[in-house]
Amino acid sequence: MHVTIITKDPSDPYWVAMINGAKKAAEQSNVDLAVASGKDQTDTDGQIQAIENATARGDDAIMIANNGPAVNDAIKKAQAAGVFVIALDTPTAPADLVSATYASDNRHAGQVVGQWTAGKLAGNKATIALIDLFADKVVSVDYERDQGFLAGMGIALNDPNRNGDEAKSGRYAAGDYRIACNEASDGAEDGGRTAMEKCLSLDSGINVVYTANEPSALGAVQALKAAGNTTAQVVTINGSCDGIKGVVSGQFGADAQQYPGKMGASGVDAVVKYKRNGVKPNPDPGKNFTDTGIALVTDKQVSGLQGITSQQGMQNCY
Amino acid sequence: MSTVTRSSDLTAAEAFKRRPLSPLQRVQRVLHRHPEISPLVVLVIAAIAFQFTNDRFLLPSNLSLILQQVSIIGALAAGQTLVILTAGIDLSVGALMIFVSMVMGFLAGLAGVPGPWAFAIGIGVGAAAGLINGVLVAQVKLPPFITTLGMLSVFTALALLMTNGQSVNGEKLGDFLTWTSTSFPVGPFQLTVGVALVIAMYLALGFALSQTAWGKHVYAVGSDPQAARLSGVSTKRVLLSVYVVAGVLVALSAWVLIGRNNAATTSAAVDVNLDSITAVVIGGTSLFGGRGRLLGTFLGAVTVGFFRNGLSLARVDVLYQTLAIGLLIIAAVALDQWIRRTGATR
Repeated sequence: MHVTIITKDPSDPYWVAMINGAKKAAEQSNVDLAVASGKDQTDTDGQIQAIENATARGDDAIMIANNGPAVNDAIKKAQAAGVFVIALDTPTAPADLVSATYASDNRHAGQVVGQWTAGKLAGNKATIALIDLFADKVVSVDYERDQGFLAGMGIALNDPNRNGDEAKSGRYAAGDYRIACNEASDGAEDGGRTAMEKCLSLDSGINVVYTANEPSALGAVQALKAAGNTTAQVVTINGSCDGIKGVVSGQFGADAQQYPGKMGASGVDAVVKYKRNGVKPNPDPGKNFTDTGIALVTDKQVSGLQGITSQQGMQNCY
Repeated sequence: MSTVTRSSDLTAAEAFKRRPLSPLQRVQRVLHRHPEISPLVVLVIAAIAFQFTNDRFLLPSNLSLILQQVSIIGALAAGQTLVILTAGIDLSVGALMIFVSMVMGFLAGLAGVPGPWAFAIGIGVGAAAGLINGVLVAQVKLPPFITTLGMLSVFTALALLMTNGQSVNGEKLGDFLTWTSTSFPVGPFQLTVGVALVIAMYLALGFALSQTAWGKHVYAVGSDPQAARLSGVSTKRVLLSVYVVAGVLVALSAWVLIGRNNAATTSAAVDVNLDSITAVVIGGTSLFGGRGRLLGTFLGAVTVGFFRNGLSLARVDVLYQTLAIGLLIIAAVALDQWIRRTGATR
């Protein structure tokens, strides 16, 4: 059986973990797995070509972490040619375009670090820096994490699918808040650092830093260090080994851990079950995808919140 | 005695003149006259090699697919060839293509402008953008590299400012803007309107370059602007026209792009500037201007498509594909240098 896995970019540890998870499962099930990807997190044309090429060489199934609805037509054509398509990490829009989706809930991931932050502040005023992913495009993972975080803090949202339209100040679950800045990092260390520097020049009293992913969080920590700000709580999302080390050292207060390897492996298992036994995968009850789970990783537990320690986080990191 | 010496001197000179070319030199000379032959040879060898690794490679359906996959880069590379022939370079083609596609998509999808009008305005924007590039290069005398590097940022920003990074999808765009994705059979092949448009662009531009005075002037300005000016060519006007035509070609590629993605989105194309230059270089056009053919560029674009698709069919990891294309570029430039040497020595 021939299966192609198409990720968003070829080299990010997150996607490498997903590919490795899929490779392991493929070996066990005697599946021939080919790897393709876009050039970066937004390259739709590269993904379209990968879908077309997999279809052209007669693959049985495609697993894709799609870069947006521009790939939908290519997916439909592949399906018309008899290819079984499932989504990994990012649901397609609409989600029922593909036969199954294995993903973690990004909004939920944002929510748990938001709840942790609110609990940790214990009623003190929150001056918040929001370090998002992109300023030049709208990507679901970006607003789901950001808006999930704010919702977790207990801040009233306006449009839950839009960054930056909430009230700049008001009440969160336990006290007053003010949003000092809303900056894009492109999900990279240098972008995170530049964004945080800008935030600190806007407001040196920032004590809460939400970052959309770990590389931008590492950059933000550098900027905080350089500015002598030791009080800010930095929270982030991903759960890579490098990221969890940040929790171990105390640079990050909390990290929401995701399991890309599990997504890749579950995807291969679903393909095998369908292709060999005709068993269709079912989504989780009440969701349009199968949740591969997240865990709150922190060494500063907050009452009423389930979390794992950084040591436990290190055991499952990628 | 002296007569003998003289006659032997003559023979030596004559022998030098008539010294037969070695087979290698002969190849060198043919390649010098026909720069499109080397990409053709690479293409044929690649086709045989890839067919060997996967017998689906040469199926008409797969070859049709490759044409569709290279259509956008091919369209951009046509304009890029024109600019490079004048010893310039256009780093703004990708950003301009995205900007024009957003103009077309935004007008038709969100502002309710009829599709053909949105298209016409998009073409106008492409021409105007080309004119700005041309004025900066020809009149203000800025280096093309700097001019188009700056315009790259300008076009990117304009596209984002206009749309806030939102994309316009599918049905909203209307039939006209997505018409380029309509496919039709030609014998065993399945072409799209977009592919046909790109082929038409190559035929028209190829004709203009090889058969008109304008085409001769483009080559003249590229190989020696001073000499061209002295022989009565208005280099400024030629340069202006080159950038305007390139802008229109980029706007047409935006139409192909919308059809292929079934969306107008700022994230549609990554690295297309470099890909378009790659196609030109592999196609045998000299980066120093004045030498090259459009047919070579077309073959260059198809070669890149052959490598990407062929290596995919052979189940080769995407990173090795990138590596292979890099080596291909270096090989192409090395070949170009070797061919040029015959121009210098003979």
